[in-house]
Amino acid sequence: MQSNLNGTLAVKKAGAFSLWLRDVLLTQGGRCAIPVYVLLILGFVAPLIMVLAFAFATPRTFTAFTSFTFENFIHIFDGSTSVLMSYVWALTFAALATAILTVICYPVAVGMVRIFGKRCSIIISILFVFPLFVSENVRLYGWILFFMKNGILDGTLKMLGGAGPDILYTPGMILFGICYTYLPYMLFPIVSGVALVPQDLITAARDLGASRFRTWREIELPLAMPGVLIGMLITFVLAAGAISESKILGGQSVVVITNDIDIALTYSQNWPQGSAMAVVLMIVIAALTMYAFKKIDLEKILGR
Amino acid sequence: MVSAKLHKAKDPQEESAAELAREIKPGETILDLVHVCRDFDKVRVIKDVSLQIRKNEFFTLVGPSGSGKTTILKMLAGMDQPTSGDIVLGGKSISTVPPDKRPTCMVFQFLALFPHMSVGENIEFPMKVKGIPGDKRCERAYELMQLVSLPESYYKKNVMKCSGGERQRVAIARALAYDPEILLFDEPLSAIDAKLRKTLQKELKELHARSGKTFIYITHSLEEAMYMSDRVGVLCNGVLKQVGTPSEIYNHPVSRFVASFIGDTNIFEVHMSSSGRWEASDFPGMDIKLEPRGDRLEGYLVVRPENLRVIDDGAVPADNVIDCKVRNAYSMGSRIQYQLISGKKEIMLELTPRHDHGIKPGDNVRLGWNAQDAIFVDE
Repeated sequence: MQSNLNGTLAVKKAGAFSLWLRDVLLTQGGRCAIPVYVLLILGFVAPLIMVLAFAFATPRTFTAFTSFTFENFIHIFDGSTSVLMSYVWALTFAALATAILTVICYPVAVGMVRIFGKRCSIIISILFVFPLFVSENVRLYGWILFFMKNGILDGTLKMLGGAGPDILYTPGMILFGICYTYLPYMLFPIVSGVALVPQDLITAARDLGASRFRTWREIELPLAMPGVLIGMLITFVLAAGAISESKILGGQSVVVITNDIDIALTYSQNWPQGSAMAVVLMIVIAALTMYAFKKIDLEKILGR
Repeated sequence: MVSAKLHKAKDPQEESAAELAREIKPGETILDLVHVCRDFDKVRVIKDVSLQIRKNEFFTLVGPSGSGKTTILKMLAGMDQPTSGDIVLGGKSISTVPPDKRPTCMVFQFLALFPHMSVGENIEFPMKVKGIPGDKRCERAYELMQLVSLPESYYKKNVMKCSGGERQRVAIARALAYDPEILLFDEPLSAIDAKLRKTLQKELKELHARSGKTFIYITHSLEEAMYMSDRVGVLCNGVLKQVGTPSEIYNHPVSRFVASFIGDTNIFEVHMSSSGRWEASDFPGMDIKLEPRGDRLEGYLVVRPENLRVIDDGAVPADNVIDCKVRNAYSMGSRIQYQLISGKKEIMLELTPRHDHGIKPGDNVRLGWNAQDAIFVDE
């Protein structure tokens, strides 16, 4: 009793940090998680801090933490370069790819769940991930072989007396590439979302007088929404950070922001400028996704 | 385009089926199953079931699992179609009418409440799809919540946060909101613990009286069926064995299956001996007295455990008496069940604690029953 009382007093004196230390870190689970904490801090938090530090460093220097300036950010927004346009292109591609992939993947997911059943369709959707085992660049060059002049499509059509469309190195081609690359990332969450909808509820809604469309609109879609939203989020974030598609399939037709960052960090050796552009991209993506999630009533959709 | 036209063409017919059903007087046949059969992969699961359900009655279909009761209910709800035969509602065939166009509504075994909606939204769902305006929906939802005894404060509550019994009530309120002529229940109480189940059974029976709807209920428990229903249908392997009031089913079962479906009972195989007397193969040499059976030569004798009497000194003699040894006694509170053995035959006896004659395991007792207390069945 006495020692217990002493214990509470000591905790009160020690404050929040030691409470956290006692309740979270020094439990058995907490101690086991220490390697993960270390890995996350070294591999995830530290690089982010470095990028942030460089973003506020003097342009064209290679030391962070020694200087502080907003020059890099001013340079992005002062209109002297095409960087702003690159942001617009990147976000446009990401938004369009997300929209297109949602429209493509939802029916596919519903079809898979109907045909293969709930468990099997999740396994089968893993098959869609297999292309990821081949390097993205190799796959994209494959598309070039397919679409290039006298390539697979053009050559075959010429043999038949026609001619292939001249679509390589256009923004449309970049969009195609992004959709192609990120399809599995959209499909997998949507399949698990659609598989979550119990058949009972659909039958019940029909029995209660709802038409097929009404049932889909009021029951199937809202209940599959968590999966759809996660798919949209992943696809949007990945597509906004895509670089190979515009480099390989887009040629030089359009520059997206990741190209600019890439150039700043390598070719022009301006790390602070590149870091600032990366920070702005992160903030924009975070703000957009958070805004979208706030607009959509998650509580209502998830039913919690 | 074509399908839209077809739907349009069907509509008036469906409406008239619902309207005709509405005009039927209580007690008259509302739903008629005419020689209904259903095959799955060439196996006949429902075998020529004919059944009339009367308006406003509480009808229960009871049978062991796999007897086809859920299949029948699905056909009534429109989720399945009979292979042959017809389902007639208010004089019109509804065999091919889809579930959303039938005046029937089902309460599912696992309730199938919509988890992304509140209690109120769940109840309003059928009214919403019918296009009833918001304020009227809300008003009706509160009425229904009162009818199923849910507090008004639950209107905005998330259904997933309600208890089992509360969810049950939400599901029933939602089905009533569809304003069906017939409510179908697919074992909705099977997943609920015994004590709450009894309460809900009482509530359901009360609700049946208050709502004035026809209830069709299915369960595997004949006890539950007898407790609530006006009439019961006993189903076995897709064949409707017997239809009747609970007391008819209990006192005049048509077969061993129906007789033994409720609790433990004693069944003796009996046959006419060459000397013209009834004999039981379990009690060789004994003369069995039973009520005149016409030209029957063999059958089964059903003796309920509570119809057996202990014949001790000074007791009124019985028509048939057997010697038994008490094996075990099981107390069931208001009564005691005894497991006895006579020869090789196990006998069940039920007594009230006040009149237990002080018998205990190991005792030898004489049991007897009168001819009119036994039920003779052919199969």
